[in-house]
Amino acid sequence: MNIIVLLKQVPDTTEMKVDKEKGTLIRAGVPTITNPDDLAGFEAALRIKDAQGAKITCVTMGPPQAENMLRELYAMGADECVLISDGKFGGADTWATSNTLGAYLATLDYDLIIAGRQAIDGDTAQVGPQVAEKLSLPQITYVEEIRSINKEKIQVKKALENRYEIIEAKMPCLITTLGSIAKPRYMHVREIQKAFDKEIPVITNEHLKLLPEDIGLKGSPTKVKRTFTKEVHKNSDVLTLDPRAAAKKILDVLLDNQYIGK
Amino acid sequence: MNIHDYKDLYVLIEHEQGILHDASIELLGEAKRLKEDRPGLQYQVVAVILGTASQAMLHELGQRGADEILYLKNEALNTFSTERHTQVLYEAIVERKPDIFLIPATVLGRDLAPRLAARCDTGLTADATKLAFDPDHEDSSLLLVTRPAFGGNLFGTIINEDKRPQMTTIRPGVMDKWPKQEEHRCTITEKAVSLDHIPHEVHILEVLEKDHMAVDIAKAEIIISGGRGVGNGFHVLRTCAEMLGAEVAGSRAAVDEGRIDKAYQVGQTGKTVKPKVYIACGISGAVQHLAGMEKSDYIIAINKDPNAPIFQSANIGLVGDALEILPLLTEEIRNYRERPS
Repeated sequence: MNIIVLLKQVPDTTEMKVDKEKGTLIRAGVPTITNPDDLAGFEAALRIKDAQGAKITCVTMGPPQAENMLRELYAMGADECVLISDGKFGGADTWATSNTLGAYLATLDYDLIIAGRQAIDGDTAQVGPQVAEKLSLPQITYVEEIRSINKEKIQVKKALENRYEIIEAKMPCLITTLGSIAKPRYMHVREIQKAFDKEIPVITNEHLKLLPEDIGLKGSPTKVKRTFTKEVHKNSDVLTLDPRAAAKKILDVLLDNQYIGK
Repeated sequence: MNIHDYKDLYVLIEHEQGILHDASIELLGEAKRLKEDRPGLQYQVVAVILGTASQAMLHELGQRGADEILYLKNEALNTFSTERHTQVLYEAIVERKPDIFLIPATVLGRDLAPRLAARCDTGLTADATKLAFDPDHEDSSLLLVTRPAFGGNLFGTIINEDKRPQMTTIRPGVMDKWPKQEEHRCTITEKAVSLDHIPHEVHILEVLEKDHMAVDIAKAEIIISGGRGVGNGFHVLRTCAEMLGAEVAGSRAAVDEGRIDKAYQVGQTGKTVKPKVYIACGISGAVQHLAGMEKSDYIIAINKDPNAPIFQSANIGLVGDALEILPLLTEEIRNYRERPS
């Protein structure tokens, strides 16, 4: 079975600092990580490989430094890793990103494509379904468990707001995985060294030959008009009182504003 | 694509077992507000509903701001299917050319919208929290869509100038419903749709309930919420909540530490709430948390650290240990309720 996993290298948003004057992010010094939902999806693929054998190809689109992430994925058990990288692809929204990914994936053999549900930098959750659309594949999003899989069909558990659904789809198909699907393993010590010797193919637009109006910033229907950081909007009274006085103060506030009655 | 052929504000209505989802009603309210902001456009608010809908449901859509209901009728569409819903809506969009198409950012909406937008070759903005027409051009229907990114650290305003419809998913719990109007005019365009030409390769075999007792914290009027600072003291919050008639929620840190279930998480990656009162206990106030509760009417923050950022977003801040203060608050409320009249 051929499994493709789509992954993205992202800044660790919990370490992110904001320049309040300029309304921009301070990226310098922020560590990059493999997007958690994607890494969990990769682990789910590795478990299929462990259980029944599979060839796993990891594909990422990003700047040249995303190569570091791919070497880590090799050390965890990926069979092949591919970097899609070209200045012309830069600044792409999800439509242009899925055009690019879709064009490359169409050249591969696959039974299953796994994408993380959403990336922690953009939080859109759109690239997975849009790649499925470009490839005319059935999709299942928000997958929390793969219950069974063979070349004909896959059965998964999908998490919704207030329930789960057990869903079956015909293969090939695309699923998007939640971070809770599987806890990622560590790299194999023996594989780390080997990972550094691997050739990582870089796919550019020389290979894909996509039109400028379909890729990158220029091909993106949505554009960022401006960015800003949150302004602090309330002036609060901060009081240091003994616990009893604090409790009374809260009760007064609740009663004064009629938030509680008798 | 001549974008001037496209008009009106469309809202996708999500419903389940005869009940309209709040998130869709909120979007109707927002569409109605946008329409009234820019009367020169002469736009209509069109509610799009798939499946089967009762008279009561259709009536409610009218009361909540719809000028027209596009009712795409087929019983099989009561069960969500990505491919069927995408294709039926795609065909409706090709025929009717909506300028703006709003979809709730629910699990269903975020599965469907990207697929639909890609099929229409248009842009899509995810999980928006604010919509406004271009303030610089009075007659423009260009939508400025604001959304949080980078875990709520940054906000971006997104536009789609050249493609139509302008499509966006909108976070549930953020927009206000339109107050129910008894006097309203709403036309219903009912259309039986055939699904015969649409592949159906994904099947729901079984539905499992998550938790029968799960309370939707987004509906609570008073919320007592705990963060890392509460540690294993959530029972203290619960006792007080019971006395107050409040619900208990938690920050991402509390959920990550296993103190409270994810269904009760408030914040960027959890739920958005706007209760009348939000009592934040031992929550430092990371932007990602503030994103989920800052629209509460009144915020009370209790934290041991006088410099905790949560105090800047609170109406009133108390420096101290919530686990000491809350039991006393429980007592004070009991005393108040049992006071001699």
